[in-house]
Amino acid sequence: MDNNKSLLETIEPDYISEMTARREPIEKAKAMAGALGTTIISFGALAGTAFGQNNKLPGKIVDVLNFALTLEYLEDEFYRTALGSGGLIPRETQDVFGQISKHETAHVNLLRSVLGSKAVAKPNFDFTAGGAFADVFRNYQTFLAVSQALEDTGVRAYKGQAGNLRSNDKILTTALQIHSVEARHAAMVRRIRGEKPWIVGDSRGTLPAPAQAVYNGEGNTTQGGVNIAGLPGISSTVASQAFDEPLTKEQVLAIAGLFIRK
Amino acid sequence: MNKVFKSDDEKADFNENKSRLSTRRNFLKWSSAAALTAFAVGALNPESLSARTAFLGLPIEPIRQGAVDLGKGDFGVLNYAYALEQLESAFYTQVLATPYSGMNSAEREILTDIRDNEIAHREFFKAALGKKAIPALQVNFTSINFNSRDSVLKTAHTFEDTGTSAYNGAGQLLKNPEFLLIAGKIVSVEARHAATLRDLLQPMSTFFSGDDITDPTTGLDPARLPAQVLPLVAPYIRTPITANRLPQPKN
Repeated sequence: MDNNKSLLETIEPDYISEMTARREPIEKAKAMAGALGTTIISFGALAGTAFGQNNKLPGKIVDVLNFALTLEYLEDEFYRTALGSGGLIPRETQDVFGQISKHETAHVNLLRSVLGSKAVAKPNFDFTAGGAFADVFRNYQTFLAVSQALEDTGVRAYKGQAGNLRSNDKILTTALQIHSVEARHAAMVRRIRGEKPWIVGDSRGTLPAPAQAVYNGEGNTTQGGVNIAGLPGISSTVASQAFDEPLTKEQVLAIAGLFIRK
Repeated sequence: MNKVFKSDDEKADFNENKSRLSTRRNFLKWSSAAALTAFAVGALNPESLSARTAFLGLPIEPIRQGAVDLGKGDFGVLNYAYALEQLESAFYTQVLATPYSGMNSAEREILTDIRDNEIAHREFFKAALGKKAIPALQVNFTSINFNSRDSVLKTAHTFEDTGTSAYNGAGQLLKNPEFLLIAGKIVSVEARHAATLRDLLQPMSTFFSGDDITDPTTGLDPARLPAQVLPLVAPYIRTPITANRLPQPKN
């Protein structure tokens, strides 16, 4: 094995000083346990004293959270309306959409609790997008199409804002924990629609043309300067589908804005 | 090849220290497993946990050849992700090399896509880390029955759930915003995998984002730190890993 060789070759001075420091293992273990105890993010931690002073949240973070809250308001009302529209969602997927709806409501409540008095009000929504999806709550296929577009947009929206939350580790982590749930939703709705659960290239699949903005840029195959499609045995299809891409706030609002009454 | 040591005596001292250090590190590894029992959320593997707690407080085996240290700073975190991607890609490669009985074409397509995605993640980290990359890890899948659909899919979704929680918890440890963004690009694909594999086990139910993994009150997936994730995957990785130099969270 070349394990030993590479280990020895990469030994750094502080590694050696660490070895001679003879720190007590018990103390270190205690410190680690302490760190663990405060790291699991919980609703209590967020709504509690750590975030009680939401007046002190930096404006940049407030802006991002209100942007996220607006998207969550949109999703929450969308699914609650759909579940309340008798005959729209067939019995076989009621559990799925009930679960998604439950999560979107929880996200709204969570974000509002973090923002406190800084939380924006819920906009008035028009899920027909000015008539483009006139039968969204009467036609299951239209409902599914809008659902997929909203979920895939949500994933890209959170991803695009992570970097703006770096000054607050708890809020960054919470946003990531919402982000992966949106990705679960997106994968499931895509499966129900008969699409692959992951996004292939920048394809909108069987969604109508107005949804293309949701997928533009997803065909990227270069990450951090590495051309993934140029790595051994990796096709450009896989290079794109293995990585989801972000959208900017402006791109997201251009999509979500279709559903917000002026 | 080794310029750190001037004499054989120094080298012998080094190796002795290394051995003692490893004992301490192993102690920490088991200690963090104990802490885990108090704080863990989500999809733990009860078998591996109980196997682990059985070792608590007992003398630790001497250092094995070739312990791999993940390193420090952002590169340490990336090596941590690289280790997890190595595990996942090796698992799906085996799944497709020895398909379980009754694997239908839809399942084969999904598992092939997931394998390919994990290989792309692995190869990305290897290329991005360059000389900082840890070597190829040896895996240990003896506890998995690759002939059983149930065993394969449960292991698969547990790996994906764990990987998702690992990226969720590691984001705060990264200093470089570009790395954070790339981690975000990967974690949502891992979450898509997790939801899909869960749906194969319990189709069209709440299980794709079930209350066992996504907190029903907050609507949040778990976020785990390396010290919480590594004990969960340790039973499947034969190569000993040390992670003591990884960044710690601020509070």
